[in-house]
This record gives sequence, structure tokens and C-alpha cells, in this order.
Amino acid sequence: MTREFWINGVLALLLLAAPFIALAFGESFYVTLATRVAILALAAVGLNLALGLGGLVSFGHAAFFGIGGYAAGLLAAEGLASMPLIWLVGAVVAGLVALATGAVSLRTSGVYFIMITLAFAQMIYYFVISWPTLGGEDGLSLALRNEFPFVNTLKPLNFFLIAYGLLLLALFVFARLRASRFGAALEGARQNETRLASLGIEVFPVRLWAFVLSAMITSVAGALYADLNRFVSPSMLSWHMSGELIVIVLLGGVGRLFGPVAGAAVFVLLEFALGGLTERWQLFLGLILLGTVLFARGGLLALFAGKARHG
Amino acid sequence: MAEPVLALSDLAKSFGALKVTDDVSLDLRPGEVHALIGPNGAGKSTLIHQIAGSLRPDAGEIRFLGHDVGQLSVAKRARLGLARSFQVSSLLLDFSALRNVMLAVQARQGSSFNFWHPVMTDRELRDRAMAMLERVGLAGRAQVAVGALSHGERRRLEIAVALGLEPKAFLLDEPMAGMGPEGSKELTRFLDGLRQEAPILLIEHDMDAVFALADRISVLFYGRIIASGSPAEIRADAEVRKAYLGEPQ
Repeated sequence: MTREFWINGVLALLLLAAPFIALAFGESFYVTLATRVAILALAAVGLNLALGLGGLVSFGHAAFFGIGGYAAGLLAAEGLASMPLIWLVGAVVAGLVALATGAVSLRTSGVYFIMITLAFAQMIYYFVISWPTLGGEDGLSLALRNEFPFVNTLKPLNFFLIAYGLLLLALFVFARLRASRFGAALEGARQNETRLASLGIEVFPVRLWAFVLSAMITSVAGALYADLNRFVSPSMLSWHMSGELIVIVLLGGVGRLFGPVAGAAVFVLLEFALGGLTERWQLFLGLILLGTVLFARGGLLALFAGKARHG
Repeated sequence: MAEPVLALSDLAKSFGALKVTDDVSLDLRPGEVHALIGPNGAGKSTLIHQIAGSLRPDAGEIRFLGHDVGQLSVAKRARLGLARSFQVSSLLLDFSALRNVMLAVQARQGSSFNFWHPVMTDRELRDRAMAMLERVGLAGRAQVAVGALSHGERRRLEIAVALGLEPKAFLLDEPMAGMGPEGSKELTRFLDGLRQEAPILLIEHDMDAVFALADRISVLFYGRIIASGSPAEIRADAEVRKAYLGEPQ
């Protein structure tokens, strides 16, 4: 077993233990914090599929995060409060939007790809805030947290466990995809597009599939985020959110299985610790990100587990 | 005479006023090594680009196994069985040597949309890729990342990747480039046996290798084929000697 394997295990256990320890000390606020880590990590696992494996720097994943959130808000308002149903609807809509926008944006690469994904996400953002049914700038609030079969989701610990379970499931899916023939083609396309074509593998459909799957995972996180806050804010769709997801992936380690988990944990802890001291906490985040990019290119996981290994 | 595997007829390509490919016709027959030689800037690489599909010719026809492939993408031509090796090694640097060849075998099997089964435990895929590495003498370096391989090892890996595609024709763009004399000799012996599997269109500057391997040689000079024939004929051709081979020997 490699060192990364053990570090991943420790990270998974720490995140699972955190809310139990918090409750033992009667500090239920920290359960919410741990849930936030799990949800942002889940969203970043989605992005990591496109960004880490495929090398596709999507600056528009807030759109998919927001679509999941609005699916939760709108379906709840219609009385359809079942979480699995909401996740499914959100994922299908996000997947279709990714299929359409990906089909256009994947014709470009580099800076153009970044800009075009940003443009699509901003279009969706402005569409949502100008449409009254979607709550406009005020967003949508959820009267109650949505339901999950046989579980009382109002209990913070139960809700955490749902988010944590989905995170583990997404990590499992990510690991399987990465190890599969599809993953080999996707990572190959990131490393050398010319080579892939000369092997007879069309790069475009491989990337489009990755983009769609990536969007679907991120949308489920968006639905959970809405349930956590009992509120769907248009800010979920804004470019700040896309940027935060990229920062989380970069901090943790691009393309690393548990990179998003490490990144989300550091991000949320910094936000909490420094946010209490100053409103400008993102200045410190910026400095840390600068340090990561300059001195620990592969993110926190590279720092602790060494360079990535590829069989 | 056997039907040619690959046939170019009246191919033309210009960059502005410069004719880089000027009415080129040539073919590749089963079991042969056809070498394409010419000084730097003669248009050899441009020609390879047009055959592989990364450049579109302005006029003329490219037939491969009876298909007109002139309008097909690089990937489609590769799937028909055209394997290309690059003048400057073009490999997947983060992957191990083994994974580079495994991806070629996977591409040959046409199954890049399996999302679930791990490749590393796919015995058949691994064994096939290992067999190719063994043939080029890289079996012992299978697990090494390409970034850590030497130049000569990368050249051999290029060949192993091409073998993994089980192609109907090889397009080898200076496979000896940058190799020492020992390495060149070894590779020459290897390519000599390879022609039985699929014919080779060989671009090469190493004249010892060219004259040892080629059944036919075509000489490209400023985009034009100025001579084509057996090695002995080319050696004797006055125009070629003037244009390329230098002083009479």
C-alpha cells in the first residue's frame, strides 16, 4: 500500500470523526462545518474529473452547482421533497446543460475554453436572477430540509452522514473512472492530444463525456448545499463559486483522488478561522494558494504523499 | 504486381507561393520498405503530415487499402491501420512505458468507452502490451514513467506503440533520429524483420540504414520527386548525387 493510500484513509476517517467529536463536546456548529467540507469536496470531486484527469479548466462549474441547488429549491416548492429524486433531476438537467455547452466549448482549448465556460455560466446566472419564478436576486428559501427515506434529515448528524456517504460514493466512482479504459484515454488526451489522435482515439467525445459526468457530480453537491443552508442563493451560480471550486482542487492536488477532500477541508477551516478575524480572509487564502502553486505544485497531497504514480 | 497498400497520386500542397508538395505520386506495396530521402526542407515531413491527416493537400488523392482517405481525420486514418511514429518522440510523459503501449492496444480494440473495468488488471491488454515492449527490448523498463526514459528508449517506445496498433502500414518519420551508431544498427535489424508484418514508408537521414533496408527509394527535392528506384539505381543516378548524396563515391 502506498503512502497516499494511508493519507487518504486518515483524511476520510478524520472527516467522519469530526462531527462525532463535536457532538461529544456539545458543539453542534462544527457538525455544520464538517457537512460544508463534505459538500464542497463532493462538488470539487466533480470538477476534478474534468480539471484533474482531463486537463479541462472549467471556469463555469458554478452553473452545475447552482442547477443542483435550484432543482432542490424548485422541487421542494412543488412538494417533491425527496432528496434522491431531487439529485436525479438536478443531475440530469446539469448533464444535459453540460452536453450542450460542452459540445460548443470543447471545440476550443486553453484560455478560450476557460473564457467560454465562464461565459456560459454567467449567461445562466443572469438568466436566473432576471426570472421571477426562480426568486430573482433573492433566491429561494426552503421551509424544511428535504427528505431522505427512513432518515430524519433535520438532525445535523444524519444530514452530515448523507453528504459524507455521497462523497465516498463519488470518490469511488472517480477512482473507477480513472482506472478504466475511458480514464486512460482521458488522461492521455490531457498529456498529448496529437498522440491520441494518431492512435485512432477521437479526443472530443472522450472529453465531452468527462465534462458531462463531472457536471452531474457537481450538481448533486449543489442540491445538498441548498439543503444545508435551507436557501438557494443565486451566488451559487456566480463566477466566484467556480473560482472557489478551482481553488479547492488546486489546494488539495489536481487529479489526486483525495485532493478535493484535503482542499475543501483547508478552505472551510481557513474561511472559519480567518473569517472570524477579518472580512478580508481571502487575502490569506490568496497567499496560501500562491505558496501552493510556487512550492507545492501538486497541492497538499503532493506535499505529504509525494508525486502521483501511474502504474 | 500486388495492389499497393498506400498510393499517393498527384498530391500538391502550397504554403503561399511555396510549393512544398509538387505533384507527388508514390506508392507502398505489401512487404516492402520504401524510403523517402531528401535534404532538409525538401518537404518530407509535410508529406507525412498529409498522409497521416494532420494537413490537407490542396490537390491529388491519397488511397489507403483501396479507400480514398484524403478527407478523413487523423484518428479515422489511424483506425484504418495507418500507424505513424514521430520525428520528435510524442508520448504520454506521465504514463509508464507499459501504459503508453496499453493505450495503443486499447485503441486498436476500439474500446475507450468502458467506464468501469480497471485496465491494470486486464490481463489480455497487459500481456499484449508487454509482448510489444519485449520485442523492442523495453520489457525491463515497463514500469518506468516515460519522463524518466532515455532518448534511445523513447525512440524504441515509439516503435512499440506503433506495433501495439497492429497496423496495415507504418509511417516512420526518422526513427533513428538522435540514436547512437549501435542503436541505429540494432533498430535497422529490427525494422528489417518488421516489413513482413506491414510495409514501411521510411523517412530517414541515416543513409546506412536507408540503403540497408529499402527495397525502393524515392528522392524528394524542393517538393518534387526527382528520382525513384532501387537502391542501386538511386546510387547511380547523377541528378540525385548532385542534389543530395554529395560527391561521387
